[in-house]
Amino acid sequence: MSLNDQKSAPIYEALERFRRRRVVPFDVPGHKRGRGNPELAALLGEKCVSLDVNSMKPLDNLSHPVSVIRRAEELTAEAFGAAHAFLMVNGTTSSVQSMILSVCKAGDKIILPRNIHKSVINALVLCGAEPVYVEAKVNPRIGIALGVEVEEMRRVMDAHPDAKAVFINNPTYYGICSDLRTITRMAHERGMKVLADEAHGTHLYFGENLPVSGMAAGVDLAAVSMHKSGGSLTQSSILLCGPDMDAEYVRQIINLTQTTSASYLLLSSLDISRRNLALRGKESFAKVVRMAEYARNEINEIGGYYAYGKDLVDGDSVYDYDVTKLSVYTQGIGLTGIEVYDILRDEYDIQIEFGDIGNILAYISIGDRIQDIERLVGALEDIGRSYEKDSNTLYCGDFIQPEVVRTPQEAFYAEKKQVPIREAAGAICAELVMCYPPGIPILTPGERITEEIIEYILYAKEKGCSLQGTQDPSVQLLNVIV
Amino acid sequence: MDIWFSQMDTDNVKTSVRVDKQLFSGQSEYQRIDVFQSQEFGKMIVLDGEIIFSEADEFIYNEMVVHVPMAVHPHVKKVLIIGGGDGGVARTCIEYPEIEAIDVVEPDEMFIQVSREYFPETAQGFDDPRVKITNADGLRFLRNRRNEYDLIINDSTDPFGHTEGLFTKEFYGSCYRALKEDGIMVYQHGSPFYDEDEIAFRSMHRKVYRSFPISRVYQASIPTCPAGYWMFGFASKKYHPLADFDPQRWNQRGIRTWYYTTNLHMGAFMLPKYVEDLLEEEEDKI
Repeated sequence: MSLNDQKSAPIYEALERFRRRRVVPFDVPGHKRGRGNPELAALLGEKCVSLDVNSMKPLDNLSHPVSVIRRAEELTAEAFGAAHAFLMVNGTTSSVQSMILSVCKAGDKIILPRNIHKSVINALVLCGAEPVYVEAKVNPRIGIALGVEVEEMRRVMDAHPDAKAVFINNPTYYGICSDLRTITRMAHERGMKVLADEAHGTHLYFGENLPVSGMAAGVDLAAVSMHKSGGSLTQSSILLCGPDMDAEYVRQIINLTQTTSASYLLLSSLDISRRNLALRGKESFAKVVRMAEYARNEINEIGGYYAYGKDLVDGDSVYDYDVTKLSVYTQGIGLTGIEVYDILRDEYDIQIEFGDIGNILAYISIGDRIQDIERLVGALEDIGRSYEKDSNTLYCGDFIQPEVVRTPQEAFYAEKKQVPIREAAGAICAELVMCYPPGIPILTPGERITEEIIEYILYAKEKGCSLQGTQDPSVQLLNVIV
Repeated sequence: MDIWFSQMDTDNVKTSVRVDKQLFSGQSEYQRIDVFQSQEFGKMIVLDGEIIFSEADEFIYNEMVVHVPMAVHPHVKKVLIIGGGDGGVARTCIEYPEIEAIDVVEPDEMFIQVSREYFPETAQGFDDPRVKITNADGLRFLRNRRNEYDLIINDSTDPFGHTEGLFTKEFYGSCYRALKEDGIMVYQHGSPFYDEDEIAFRSMHRKVYRSFPISRVYQASIPTCPAGYWMFGFASKKYHPLADFDPQRWNQRGIRTWYYTTNLHMGAFMLPKYVEDLLEEEEDKI
């Protein structure tokens, strides 16, 4: 990576040139630099709305980039050590779906752990590929899914040698990494492509002493949420290609579903963030690591909570841990993660990333300050004192290995009916059920519904998790195959 | 020469002071610190554009946060001052011989250095052997402290800057724990007049009212504060600021003051109707 090249930000610079020319707009968007929508201009600021412009020759076109966007993509690829990079404006959801659609078509098998984001299942509904789940063990103490063990992966690969691809979280939402290098080598030996969901892993490309990034491990495609740890605007993302992918084919796949009116606010934010990361990422993430480690130690000092870190690493199901993450097991004080999440927001004005049955996750980033960390720790201590309950009454989160009866696509489009959730045991689910966040499905289309799963859903609901994905917004009815 | 320093009280109102010269300007890890020499207010220290302290009116503030609780609590031995980098509150505390220890917790070392250099008279409070300065975050300092102090004075003024954490439920909860069973916490309650300040004012009362059995608000008139009107909070586990107030005991001490009197003590808790209404509305929300 040439630092001198990385100092430029072609989209940002083109927008600056464009702004100075004061071009009269007779094109979309119709707000015409905000003049047609003064309240919006007042809210977002004149400068912001004046840069909300349409694709045009001096600004290039994301669907078919030839000038500044192409250059920005080249610089991004170089910064991330990829053969090619795509700037994405439909979220990392679109990056994940484009990865899958690029390597799988109807009837193809894809090997993946079950703790994937819902966008993966939705991609399977779209393309008709068949999921082959590889078991991810659950840590019995904290109730979260771990990484994929190499031997278990080898067993599944050998059982399904016709699989087209392997899909791996790097890291998981909670910061857990599998042995990506070995898994990638094993997959390539069998002619399978490797896809990495790096929605929570932008920083792996720039920080020091962090788990290996997808591109460094040799994966073929990686979906990177720049808007999470990378600092770009919400909904912007990056899709990276390794050397063995046909980038122009991937572009065609992306264009199947991507907007033809890409937002320059999102594109310029990707461009500027990439420059920032390339020039200053190393120091920034060193600071993030220091803050997260400090918070971890302080929270563990309080007692009752368990803020886990590198101590989880066992060389296999937890091959590595991303220490920028601050995940805390809360059931030691007798509260579920979702309860602590709600109390933090309602009583302490602290918004964290999510709470699940057993854990909370606080997102630490380049925008944090140590005094805010003190607030979080102070609030957790205060909650421990004010709300502590007997922890025996809590459900111990456990991972439920699903029985896949139909492919997600078959199940989603099958003839189906709605039944009360209590009566759904034994039926095949025809839709997706998940808690959001984190957005990891509890049920996916095509899976057998069991009593255990129903109990889990009702428990999560009672504890205040936001359940989503079902046709019935109140999740009292489930769609099942007739 | 015509130089004016303006403090933005709101986006639409400012307080301006003619400045003779600027004596210091620096950026610490936490904030921008400026010291000005002015005709009307003497030397002023300005943090992130807000006047924190001026020679002309600092006495009002220091007397009100120290003498009010000291005239209520019968036996204060250990005091914690959060913030207080200028030393003014500590200096007022050392006038009480029964106080055995005064902890000052101020994260910003530069603020203390600047105060010592430009306001040596005020900062002499730091030189008393009972005073111990710790450079730490207030919330951090309070963590895991239990049943230790008779009086906590939160000397931080700004609920939006780097001291934001000192106006939160977690802070008030930490203070509650760090106080003895009959302890008192006195804190900056801001100004209720302008709309933006009113929101912070309401939220502070709501939080403290829920954290302490007794929570009252009292007032003072301070020229360099927004609208010239400033409020303090009196939160207590046992003593009521008026029912347990002992004017005779306090007057026997013979402490010399310029603002506080035992008559004013009672008057300070008699609030304008609109302020009473704000407070009651928040109390009713619970």
